[in-house]
Amino acid sequence: MTDTPIIMREQQHERIMSVLHKLRLESVSRVVFLVDKNGQPVAMQGDVSNIDTTSLASLAAGNVAATGGMAQLIGEKEFPTLSHEGERESIHICIIGRMLLVVVFDERSSLGLVKLRVKQASRDLAVIFEDVERDSLQKPEQDDALFAGITDDDIDSLFN
Amino acid sequence: MTFINYASREINCKIVYYGPGLCGKTTNLQYIYDSTAPASKGKLISLATETDRTLFFDFMPLELGTVRGFKTRFHLYTVPGQVFYDASRKLILKGVDGVVFVADSQEERMDANIEALYNLEENLKSNGYELTKLPYVLQLNKRDLPNVIPADELVSELRRKDEMVHEAIAYKGVGVFDTLKSVAKQVLTELRKG
Repeated sequence: MTDTPIIMREQQHERIMSVLHKLRLESVSRVVFLVDKNGQPVAMQGDVSNIDTTSLASLAAGNVAATGGMAQLIGEKEFPTLSHEGERESIHICIIGRMLLVVVFDERSSLGLVKLRVKQASRDLAVIFEDVERDSLQKPEQDDALFAGITDDDIDSLFN
Repeated sequence: MTFINYASREINCKIVYYGPGLCGKTTNLQYIYDSTAPASKGKLISLATETDRTLFFDFMPLELGTVRGFKTRFHLYTVPGQVFYDASRKLILKGVDGVVFVADSQEERMDANIEALYNLEENLKSNGYELTKLPYVLQLNKRDLPNVIPADELVSELRRKDEMVHEAIAYKGVGVFDTLKSVAKQVLTELRKG
């Protein structure tokens, strides 16, 4: 592949989910989710039944990419956090390496509280991401076997 | 960059439709969106100007089915074709797994095609990619218009490697799924190579 794929194991996913769960409770937010910088949703916690999370993930990534582009134009590396405050609902986004932590909250919480809790969660998540990154580079042989086993028929069947 | 999630057993890939302004990139996505079963697709997001020109990108997630127990989900993006949106185009190419170049077959758009293709190569390079090493398909769109350049001439001018070429009339759906299938196949074949 053109870039190192991110490969997430179940155990790492569970660790991430537990950090997100804690963050959601402590920041009194509606939804917390993790997206990679290319807009792929990775994990989420909270009531997402009324939210199109795939679209939100892609737009969050687009948003971060656009503001990152602006940052570079004025000589900054990036803007590590972004906040959008609405009348009732607000969004706070924090960049952690190749990932974005997105928190959706309403008037029951506050930007200050969310920022504080996000800072703590970011440290825990950064440790897990290092593991994911390391594991993605050292792909076990069984993975290669799994995908090497994909036949032309398997691929064709997707389009039938 | 493919994202493989073992927890949810999903493979996510990113495909970008590139090409000059008004060549039919959004029309390709719109046709795919309109002809796909609701269960297989998410919302089509269009960040467009008031006159329906793409401002940042169009996006739609498309679920194709299961391979070896893994759900395959393709995230389809278009770039804004207008020359002055180059910074946005560069950003959208980040993490790309496959590219479709949509060429406008009309004679008067030939220069725009060449310029956009050159721009694609440059922007891929600035993101650390080589067009020659990336899953890539060339689509010759608008084949129903009266002033089109013969397909073989377009191919000899625009083909960069041995990529698949599809003639298309995107608003009628002609060649749209053939193009998508070609690029998706190449992306999955890359995954197989490891």
